[in-house]
Amino acid sequence: MNARSIALTVNGRPVNGTADVRTTLADFLRHSLRLTGTHLGCEHGVCGACTVLVDGASVRSCLMLAVQAEGAHVRTIEGLAGPDGELHPLQTAFRDKHGLQCGFCTPGMLMTLVEFLEENPDPAEAEIRDAISGNICRCTGYESIVAAALQAAAEIRERRR
Amino acid sequence: MKPPPFDYVRPESLETLLSTLARLENAKILAGGQSLMPMLNLRYVFPDVLVDINRVPGLAGIRLEGDRLRIGAMTRQRAIETDPLAAAHFPILPEALRLVGHRQTRNRGTIGGSLCHLDPAAELPTVALLADATVEIAREGGTRTLSAAEFILGYMTTALGQDEVLTAVSFPLWHRPHGYSFQEFARRHGDFAIASAACLLALGPDGRIERVAIAIGGVGPVPQRMPAAEAALAGTRGEPEAVARALGFCDALDAIGDFHGSADYRRSVARSVLRKALGDARDRAAAAPTGPAQ
Repeated sequence: MNARSIALTVNGRPVNGTADVRTTLADFLRHSLRLTGTHLGCEHGVCGACTVLVDGASVRSCLMLAVQAEGAHVRTIEGLAGPDGELHPLQTAFRDKHGLQCGFCTPGMLMTLVEFLEENPDPAEAEIRDAISGNICRCTGYESIVAAALQAAAEIRERRR
Repeated sequence: MKPPPFDYVRPESLETLLSTLARLENAKILAGGQSLMPMLNLRYVFPDVLVDINRVPGLAGIRLEGDRLRIGAMTRQRAIETDPLAAAHFPILPEALRLVGHRQTRNRGTIGGSLCHLDPAAELPTVALLADATVEIAREGGTRTLSAAEFILGYMTTALGQDEVLTAVSFPLWHRPHGYSFQEFARRHGDFAIASAACLLALGPDGRIERVAIAIGGVGPVPQRMPAAEAALAGTRGEPEAVARALGFCDALDAIGDFHGSADYRRSVARSVLRKALGDARDRAAAAPTGPAQ
C-alpha cells in the first residue's frame, strides 16, 4: 500500500479518507464511501456508467485517481435527489418515460445530463444524442432516454421561470 | 483495483516538476489521464512513478500572442472547444475537438496530453501538423521549441525526452476569415477515426486558392501533410479537375491495415473525407466576408 489521506466534498458533505494512490475515484466512492450508485462497467473510459461531476464537470470516475480529487467537490447519483427525497426532474422524467430497463447505465446517463441541461436547458434532440454519446445503454435503444431528457429539460425551464 | 502499483507525486510548481523529472527514471506524466488511465487500467504500461501535473500553475490557458494563438499544454479540450478566442481565430480547433472522444473525456483531456500520447487517429496532432504549430518544451535548465513536424517522430513516439514536459502549443494564425474544415469517418460517434482530413484554405481577391494546407489523420502511423495535393490546388479555383488531381495523391498515403480496415480501405476513406473537407473549406472561404488580411 502506498496510501494517502484525502479530504474532499461529496454531495455537499466533507469527507476524509485514505486511499492507495492507484485507487480510482470510482473505487474510492464505491468501496471506501459505500456510494455504490456510481456503477463500473468497462473501467477504461468507454461505457460512461461511472460518470460523476467533479467541480461541476462530468468526468469518468474510472479515469481519475482518488488522490486527484483532493479538495474537489464531487457529486454522485446519491446527491441528485433533494434532502427530503424529492426526485430531481431527470429522475422523475426517466421514471415517467421508461428511460431505464436494467438501470446499469442510468447513474452515468443522469450525471451527464445534469451537467448538459444546466448548460443548455433547451436542447434539440440531436444535441441530447450528442451529449449522451459517451454513455452506452444496451437496453433501451436510447429513444426513451432522449424522451426523458426532453421532458426533464422542459421541467427545468419551467422551474427557472 | 485495476492499475499496477506505482508511486505518485504531484508537484505544485514548474520548478519542482522539472527537478522531479530530471531525478526520476521510468516516470510517466499524468495530464488529463484519458489515455494513460485506460492504459494503466488495462496494464499496458508499468511506470514506477506517476507525475501528476494537474496542479502545476501556469500550464493552462488560451491567449493571443501577436499573430499566434498560444494554448497551455494543460488546457482542457472542452475549454478550447468552448473558447471564444479559438472560435474567432482558429475555428478548425473547436470543429476538430467536437470529434475528440466525448464530453466527459474532453472535460479532463488536455491538448498537451493528446499531442504527447500521439495516437495515430487523434484529431489534435493532425490539426497541429496541418497548422504548422510549434510546441514549447521545458526541462531543468532549459527550454526548446519544435515544429509539429519535428515533434512527431513516429507511431505514438514524440521527440519529448524523459526529463522534459510539453508546456504549450502555439498556432500561427491564418488570415481572418479563412476557410477550414475537419472531417472524419469513425464507426461510432467518438470512436477513433478510420480516416480524418483537415484543411485550411484562403482565397485571393480573384477567387483563386492563394494558400491551402491539408493533413490526413488515422490512415498511417502518424498524421501526414499532403504537400503534393496542396501544390495541385494552389492557384486554382478548386475546379473538379484540380480537386480530382489533389485527391489522387491519397493513393500515395502511408497507410496501415488492421481489423478496422485494410490499408487500401483507409486510403479510400481518406479520399472521401478529404473531398468533403476541401469542399467545405472552399465554401466557407468563399462565403466569408472579405476584409483586410490579419
